[in-house]
Amino acid sequence: MPSLLPGAGSIRPLAPRSGPPTRRLEEAFRSGRRVVTCEIAAGDSPDPADLLERVAIVRDVVDAVNLPDNTSGRAHLSGLAAAAIVAAAGVEPILHVSCRDINRIGLQSHLLGAAALGVRNLLCLTGDHVVHGDHPEAKPVFDLDSLQLLRLVGCLRTGRYLSGRAIEPAPDLFPGTTENPFAPPHDFRPLRLRKKIEAGARFVQTQIVFNVPRFRTFMQRVCDLGIDRQAPILAGVSPLRSARAARYMRDRIPGVDVPEALVRRMEGVAPARAEEEGIRIVVEILEEIRDLPGLAGFHLMPIRWEAAVPEIVRRAGLGRASAEAPAIGAGALDAAGTSAVVRERFT
Amino acid sequence: MRAGRPLLAAARRFFVAHPGAERLLDRLLRPAEILIKKPLFGCRMCGQCTLHETGLVCPMGCPKTLRNGPCGGVRFDGGCEVIPGMMCVWVKAERRSRLLPWRGAILRIQPALDWTQRGRSSWVNALMGRAGEARP
Repeated sequence: MPSLLPGAGSIRPLAPRSGPPTRRLEEAFRSGRRVVTCEIAAGDSPDPADLLERVAIVRDVVDAVNLPDNTSGRAHLSGLAAAAIVAAAGVEPILHVSCRDINRIGLQSHLLGAAALGVRNLLCLTGDHVVHGDHPEAKPVFDLDSLQLLRLVGCLRTGRYLSGRAIEPAPDLFPGTTENPFAPPHDFRPLRLRKKIEAGARFVQTQIVFNVPRFRTFMQRVCDLGIDRQAPILAGVSPLRSARAARYMRDRIPGVDVPEALVRRMEGVAPARAEEEGIRIVVEILEEIRDLPGLAGFHLMPIRWEAAVPEIVRRAGLGRASAEAPAIGAGALDAAGTSAVVRERFT
Repeated sequence: MRAGRPLLAAARRFFVAHPGAERLLDRLLRPAEILIKKPLFGCRMCGQCTLHETGLVCPMGCPKTLRNGPCGGVRFDGGCEVIPGMMCVWVKAERRSRLLPWRGAILRIQPALDWTQRGRSSWVNALMGRAGEARP
């Protein structure tokens, strides 16, 4: 190509350092084995080593790591930057995308940026309101809601911006969503989840399960509606680290249902034994719900207690290297390992 | 209803040809719409009315202006997580939608708002076929 600038011909094109986005999460769902994901706070350090240290604790026991988007309306390291750092380190990221901070123009450029940085998996959320954070005076955006965001991702996937302008090539994105079985109106929650799947959600991670009976009712209805066959569902779980943490979650985090019995149980043990008790509770919950029909796996939310994750996975027998689950990279993802039943369940 | 369709189409053609007349109609209908819908449904004049599909509760009363259902933060007593003492508009909407003959309408996916239409009469927008046309 003739160049207008002398010497421009000697400029070699820059090659991206990372390859195209990996599809390991989707492949893990397709394999039909139990999938485990884990949320790692992006943190407040401009040094990626801080994030990578915490990711390293869990990377061998989970299929993917969730990077939240300024949780509770508090500013942290950008989820997109964190997801890109994690992806470059060879770990499968799931980027949270919330509608609280940016409008549809920002969201589209954000999502395209994610695709360019090797981040394919998205958790599309409405987002916590700013009043719960440390900038309650900020302007909440909410230009779109989570369903409209899911449809926006679908639109980008077809190679178009919302305006109709072309994107070439179309970004390969894998949108997921969340649902809270514990918040009213309870009867409406499964229907809302179905609506989200109609809007394009391809996987689901639920709010933290402490109230097992309520979750069981929810999953029953979800299976009756056939939602579990349309998208894999991961049950959210979180270890309580202390009685104080249990009370904080019960009183201060909207939508998290911590039964009184659990709070009393955490209060009943000596502070030195609280962490052990918290892990025991999670493992008990996992054992209670692990065989519920319609569940594809679990989503761990250690809330800055990453060290608990390998222990929980080991005790609950969930690890991807455990007997029932062939490890990623060990030929588990080839077509032979994917039964027709599983494929039908996923697609 | 069906018999009125050619009439509506004719009206639409007229207002497309005469934008000034449409502006006048909007100016006339806006106060009427506010007067009726504000006290009855808590209308916020988004210009793209979905009241009939959201259990006759205005979804714009939600602090997150959610048009497709409740967020995950609804309190266990059905209260709003943002405004203390306020009932979640979607808890109300879901309850009331059960009483409506067209109760399934609440399950329809509502498109993103067209903010250019905010403050305008949704009746005029409906007449002009502008309501609910925003993408996606």
